Amino acid sequence: MPADPLRGAVAIAGVGESRLGEVGPGVTPLDLVAEATAAALEDAGLRKADVDALFTASAYYGLPAINVGEHLGIRPRYSDSTNLGGASPVSHLLHAAAAVTAGLCDVALIVYASTQRSDGGRLRSVVEEDPREAPYRPRYPVSMFALAAARHMHEFGTTREHLAEVAVAARAWARLTPKAFARDPLSVDDVLASRMVSSPLTVRDCCLVTDGGGAVLVTSTQRARSLRRPAAVLLGAGEAHWHRAIAQMPDVTTTAAVDSGARAFAMAGVGPADVGVAQLYDAFTINPILFLEDLGFCPKGDGGPFVAGGAIAPGGRLAVNTNGGGLSYTHPGMYGIFLLVEAVRQLRGEAGERQQAGVEVALAHGNGGALSAQATALLGTEATL
Amino acid sequence: MPGPDLQRCEDCGSAILARRLLCPVCGSRRLAVERSCGDGVVYSTTTVHARDGAYNVALVDLAEGVRVMSAVVGVAPDDVRIGMRVRARDDGERIVFHAG
Repeated sequence: MPADPLRGAVAIAGVGESRLGEVGPGVTPLDLVAEATAAALEDAGLRKADVDALFTASAYYGLPAINVGEHLGIRPRYSDSTNLGGASPVSHLLHAAAAVTAGLCDVALIVYASTQRSDGGRLRSVVEEDPREAPYRPRYPVSMFALAAARHMHEFGTTREHLAEVAVAARAWARLTPKAFARDPLSVDDVLASRMVSSPLTVRDCCLVTDGGGAVLVTSTQRARSLRRPAAVLLGAGEAHWHRAIAQMPDVTTTAAVDSGARAFAMAGVGPADVGVAQLYDAFTINPILFLEDLGFCPKGDGGPFVAGGAIAPGGRLAVNTNGGGLSYTHPGMYGIFLLVEAVRQLRGEAGERQQAGVEVALAHGNGGALSAQATALLGTEATL
Repeated sequence: MPGPDLQRCEDCGSAILARRLLCPVCGSRRLAVERSCGDGVVYSTTTVHARDGAYNVALVDLAEGVRVMSAVVGVAPDDVRIGMRVRARDDGERIVFHAG
C-alpha cells in the first residue's frame, strides 16, 4: 500500500504557552494568544511575518480567526476556525497538514487561549442549550460524562477506584511538572472522599478551571529541518464525530475515537505498541479509560484494570498525560492545544523531570463536546520517517 | 401514559426523536409522527448534586428504540438503577419516568 501523502509531510516546528493558571483581571484571551504565539515563534526561530495561515477556535469570539488575525497583525492567506470543542487544535493540525501540503500556506499558527478562571471560574461556552435536555437540568458537561461512566461501570465492572486512579496518576505527573496548577499530593481515597458533583464523578474526577493559552507552528518537514528545534513530524492524524447530544450517542461506552484513531494509525503506519507517550484529553477521569480502549491500547471494557495500580502514572506501563493533563496541569475551557505542546516536548526530550526515555512516537488525542468530536494525531521524531 | 413525540421513517422503519425533515439513518423525507407508548428501560443514570438538593438525570431507552434524556422520579435519585423498567408521565412541565 503506498504511503499516505500526508505522512511525514509537515512537522511542528515550534510550541509555546502563555501564562497559565490565574492571570487576574484585565487580561483578555487575545493577550494570552499573543503571549503563546510569541513563545512559539521564539521556540521555532520564526518571525510573525513568516506566518501565513491561522487556525483557531474560541469560546469567546464568534469569528476567532478574524479576531486573532487583527490582534496579532497577521494577514493570513488561509484560515480555519473549525470548532470541534476541545478537540479543535488536533483537528486543526490535520487541516494544517493538508493546507501546507497543498501549497495553500507555508507556516500555520494553531493557537488557543481563555481567561475563564479569572472571568469567574465557570465554563465559558458558546454551546447552545438543548431543549431536549434543559428541563432535566444536567450539569453540562459533567453529567454527560457521568452517564458514560455509570454505564461503563455497569457493563464492564469499572469501579470508582479505577476512575480515581486516573486523577491520581495525573497528579503524580503534575508533581514532576513545575508549571502544573495542582501539585498537592492526591490519593485514591482523597478522590473517593471528595465532593460528589454528578455521580459517579466527584470534583476530583473533573478537570481544572484555569486561564491559559498555547500555540503550535506547523510547516513542511523540509522547512522545519532548517529551524531552531528538532522537528516533531506528523505521522498521521484522523478525526470523527457521530453525535452532539449524549442521548444520541449510539453506545456511551464507545466513542468516535475508534474511527479517528484508526485513521491516524493507518496514515502513520504504526500501532499502539509503538506509542511512547499518550496525551489523552482528560476532561473527566472516564475519558482516558474510554480512549485507551477506543484507540486500541486495551480491549473494550478493560480500561479500568488497565489504569489500576499506577499503570499510567510515572513508572507505569504507559506514560499518559505526562504534564498532569487537564486534571492537574491546566484546563482553560478547551485543553487540546496542550496535548500537542506536551507531545512535542516529550519527542524533543525537553520535558525535564517527567521526560520519558527514548520517545520516538507520541500520541495526542482530543475530545470535544459530550464525548462527541474526536481527533487523534501521531507525532514522531525524524527517526520514524 | 404516552411518552415523548417520535417520528417513524416510512422507508427504513427507524424511530427517531422528533423533529427532523430527513431520516438520519436513510435520508428519506417520509417521516410520520408517532407517540411513544411510554414504556422504557433506564440505560444510564446520574445523581446531580446541586445547591438546592440532589436529583436524578437518566438516559431512558423507549420501547420504540429511541433514547431520551429524562429523570426518574418517585424513588431516591441514587436508587435509580440501570436496567430498571420505567413508565412515562407528564408532570405538567416535562415528561418524566416512574419505576414500573
